[in-house]
Amino acid sequence: MPDYVRARSLHEALDIRAARDVAVIAGGTDIYPAWVSRRAWGDPTHKDILDISGVNKLRGVSQTDTHWQIGALTTWTDIIEAPLPPLFSGLKAAARAVGGVQVQNRGTIAGNICTASPAGDGIPCLLALDAEVEMVSSAGLRRLPISYFQTGYRTTALQPDELVTAILVPKHPPATRGHFVKLGARAYLVISIAMVSAVIGIDPAGRINLARVAVGACSETAARLTALEKVLIGQPALMAPVVVNSAYLQQLKPIDDIRASAAYRLQAAEQLVRDCLKSACSAQREWAA
Amino acid sequence: MNSHVQVAKANLKLSVNGVTHLVAADPAAPLSDTLREGLGLTGTKVGCEAGDCGACTILLDGRQVCACLVPTAQADGSIIDTIEGSGPRGLTDKLREAFHEFGAAQCGICTPGMIMAAVDLLVRKPSPGAREVEDALGGVLCRCTGYAKIVLAVLHVAEGGSPPILDPELGGRLPRLDGVGKVSGRDIFGADDAPAGSLWMRVVRSPHARARFELGDLAAVIARTPGLEVILTHRDIPGENTFGIFPNLKDQPVLAPGHVRFRGEAVLALVGERGAVEGLPDAALPIMWTPLPAVIGIDAALAADAPVLHAFAPDNVLARGNLKTGDPARAHVDAEANASVTIRTAFVEHAYIEPEAGFAVRVGDRVEVSACTQAPYMDLEETARVLGVEQAQVRIIPTACGGGFGGKLDVSIQPLLAVAAWLTRKPVRIIYSRMESMASTTKRHPARILAKASADRNGRLMAYELVGDFNTGAYASWGPTVANRVPVHGAGPYAVPNVWNRTRAVYTNETPAGAFRGFGVPQAAIAHETLMDDLAEKLGLDRWAIRRLNALGKGDVTHAGQTLESGGLKQCLDVLKPLWKRALEAARKHNAADPRHRRGVGIACMWYGCGNTSMPNPSSMRITLGADGALTFHNGAVDIGQGSTTVLTQIAAEALGLPVSAFSLVIGDTDLTADAGKTSASRQTYVSGNAARLAAEALRARILALANAGGDAMLRLDGGRLHVSDGANARVIDLATLPADNGVVLEGVGVWDPPTTKLDENGQGVPYGSYGFAAQMAEVEVDAKLGTVRVLRIHAAHDVGRAINRTLVEGQVHGGIAQGLGLALMEEFIPGRTENLHDYLIPTFGDMPQIITHLIEDPEPSGPFGAKGVGEPALIATAPAILSAIRHATGARITQVPALPHRVFAAMQGRRE
Repeated sequence: MPDYVRARSLHEALDIRAARDVAVIAGGTDIYPAWVSRRAWGDPTHKDILDISGVNKLRGVSQTDTHWQIGALTTWTDIIEAPLPPLFSGLKAAARAVGGVQVQNRGTIAGNICTASPAGDGIPCLLALDAEVEMVSSAGLRRLPISYFQTGYRTTALQPDELVTAILVPKHPPATRGHFVKLGARAYLVISIAMVSAVIGIDPAGRINLARVAVGACSETAARLTALEKVLIGQPALMAPVVVNSAYLQQLKPIDDIRASAAYRLQAAEQLVRDCLKSACSAQREWAA
Repeated sequence: MNSHVQVAKANLKLSVNGVTHLVAADPAAPLSDTLREGLGLTGTKVGCEAGDCGACTILLDGRQVCACLVPTAQADGSIIDTIEGSGPRGLTDKLREAFHEFGAAQCGICTPGMIMAAVDLLVRKPSPGAREVEDALGGVLCRCTGYAKIVLAVLHVAEGGSPPILDPELGGRLPRLDGVGKVSGRDIFGADDAPAGSLWMRVVRSPHARARFELGDLAAVIARTPGLEVILTHRDIPGENTFGIFPNLKDQPVLAPGHVRFRGEAVLALVGERGAVEGLPDAALPIMWTPLPAVIGIDAALAADAPVLHAFAPDNVLARGNLKTGDPARAHVDAEANASVTIRTAFVEHAYIEPEAGFAVRVGDRVEVSACTQAPYMDLEETARVLGVEQAQVRIIPTACGGGFGGKLDVSIQPLLAVAAWLTRKPVRIIYSRMESMASTTKRHPARILAKASADRNGRLMAYELVGDFNTGAYASWGPTVANRVPVHGAGPYAVPNVWNRTRAVYTNETPAGAFRGFGVPQAAIAHETLMDDLAEKLGLDRWAIRRLNALGKGDVTHAGQTLESGGLKQCLDVLKPLWKRALEAARKHNAADPRHRRGVGIACMWYGCGNTSMPNPSSMRITLGADGALTFHNGAVDIGQGSTTVLTQIAAEALGLPVSAFSLVIGDTDLTADAGKTSASRQTYVSGNAARLAAEALRARILALANAGGDAMLRLDGGRLHVSDGANARVIDLATLPADNGVVLEGVGVWDPPTTKLDENGQGVPYGSYGFAAQMAEVEVDAKLGTVRVLRIHAAHDVGRAINRTLVEGQVHGGIAQGLGLALMEEFIPGRTENLHDYLIPTFGDMPQIITHLIEDPEPSGPFGAKGVGEPALIATAPAILSAIRHATGARITQVPALPHRVFAAMQGRRE
């Protein structure tokens, strides 16, 4: 068994992080399965473990004048239960689609982005929310947009001496809504074949004035469809799904795997983008009415 | 990286079910492990250690969590609720009663997790709807029940649902006799018990599908690894280093002798203290591998230049099956319509939620093995052979079995445990990890079936031909059974005068394929039902009508030349007829309004022979009456969740004339019960049911003779006094006055073997004593833009002969449908890639359709009270009904399962992907 240290404060956690090569654990929903999987094939070893779950100030959702701040240890259930504006409807939907309730009760938003699985359900939502990741080390604090935080397949910009402390989401006009759709081969406990999140703003005339759309599980990292976003601006909301075509998804590089073929993923992603925009825009109308 | 270093255990304070425990535990150990091994609270089950199955669900500070994902350190100072407690507001107790009465627990391994998830829901939301129940319990997998009865039980406790229907009579709804242990978490499964001080065993497995290897200095490893007592190799096996189902096909080594034939094959067994065997990396063992090119897939194995995997099978063909009647070649030519198809299916994993586990103890010159199993006497024979001892020196004590479905018919841990306990003279235990279980135990055979059917202009079948190849993996297991069962069933439950069905079981370097609910028949049913739809389409006939026209029934002759003495398929179809018409109309209306979410209706029929194929498979049952009035049922049939303990006791009680509650039960232990045969092939109700009936009748005959009473006499047991009343005459037998043998004063023994004959070279004869029949109708909705399929409703009409216990029969139908749905839509085991329960998908709560069960009771003359087997039929008819419905909805003829979204999508566009 590895050495196991529970940090009582952020300061203590950062000291340990600076001094030793440790695996950081909070909810444990990624660390244990990976460990079990190695052990099953004869590798029982594990890095020493730094448990930050006791650093209570890293948990929960708060706000400043300009931002919503989601603490690193905020669980999916915390997000589902937090009183948040429709901007977060997509993130909440994603939270309900992560694992079962057991995993939602334990898994944290920072864990999701640090594991950086291409199929991490939270990541496209954070891209669509234009979120930034706050990281702290003994040397100080820095922020990176989520798109820069994820650097590749299961890799991030987080340095060995750093910890993610929060996700920061800029505040949006009230008529801005988030959305999320997920495609999997079964109802619960399913790893996404593809998923899409969108944040859409609509002006009083019913035209789109803000659009961010991100696709997950179709590349090494989840990706924004910036060309599509540009085209959406100024469109009547009703037209949003119609604008979508395969050209806007060209940057995606899906793979063949046990869950689906690459060709299917690409076509499905296009449809999911359309579905996501359709419901985002119709929900918007209801909200406005 | 310091796995070799023992980290100081921390003293942690856990408050469990209101009791505070100070426990010295490894802080990184999963809480599930600390609860079970540290505090002895084994009601919390472990199914995957990865948060995929939810069996270990507990409440941590009032929220449901997977205890396997919680570092014990994080539970320090927390409030924990487990199945052992009464729960907040007594909810756990209320739920366990409801689960028991609704039949919501079958094998019981998921039950504690289900109940704790339900407690979490009901604390937060006292009156949830069905959808909210599914959302809240959706993180727990069940492989037995199909979930429907679980939802009903939770809704009842929530006071939103109907009360259970209870009816203890034969044919009614008696809650399972072994149910209380399952809902309380007190049932002892394979991993739940072991003698204090047991050594642990870990099997080192091949990471290669085909390889040679040499072993270096193992003594040096033992010398430098404190706590490691022995490393077993093939040289340490005292008897024969082989096992297998058939006497002439013991082709699988217990420990590989220098070469391996599949990834996951056992190479070494480490025995010692837990920390030592679990902490020693495989990389620290001197195994020098020489990987060889692996034979993957049937085509590779049948290629002219394929490596020979077993010397006795130079063409890599393990077994062939054949059934021929009439002249199909000519009949195809004479027919009005022909159709042909090639079906492809995948390896399917049993995914019982309980991985293999147990322990063995040497007792003098005997060894006792306690483990989960479906076949204690087969385990006994195999273990004795491997150990090189007399069979009388081996005792198998089955633990509760957390699901089997065919996967626990073969030995897994038993021979190795026995060898380790024999050699070390210490108790030895083992618990397979989920991945180890999936990588090393048998699977459903992947099949490639080419089939052709022909009919006359009215739709009457004229000919059927099937050529089926089944990937049997690296070792024989039940491959010959699949090869022999499929030809008998291959043309479907229809009258066909000209049939030629040929099969092969083919060796490859993949996971051994063995027995799985249906033995190849589910794969074959996809072929014959696709062809029935094809012929209907070509002839412009209704899909229901063509099946009804051809349905086999009483008095008809099967393709094997057997005259059926019962068979209610026509009645099954007739029950569905009005539902079929209504569903077709509803789908048409729906599709006119919603072109994207296309609805379709499908139908499929099946038949299934109960018991072994033309081979003896007798069962022996014994009922004793003690001098003190103890009425004991010695029942060697293992209940793996299907309910044989209850059903066989009900049959015995009915035949004897005393109530079920009068019986004490002794189940499975090979020292205390006779060989009832294995729990497989839908045979326990039919075969052991007859043995139980005969045992009860024999005991009753002795009682009536003693009392000089007539056949209609009533019995009543009052302690040691047995009252026999025959009309006006009443007599009391004082049992204590009768001569006793080991306390037993009266006994009845029943032995029954189904009436079968050997099959000739054309597969003609009497392969089975009886057949179950079923027709199922599936209604689905397909997202035409994404290829996703939702099964909305299944009507399942089953001819069960006689339902001994309706709740349990429904449980088999629901569970069979869940597994059939998985086979159809999501389950695909790929060695090395889907060896866990998040990459290998089985249906969850939200995947299940509404199921309506229609029971047809066409009494089987040879069955106990008319009953026959119900274990496998529902699975068999499900996948073809779903595929038929997808085709109706979209026009896509799916010939490869699972019909994952990308395959459905491709099929809709006319491509095979």
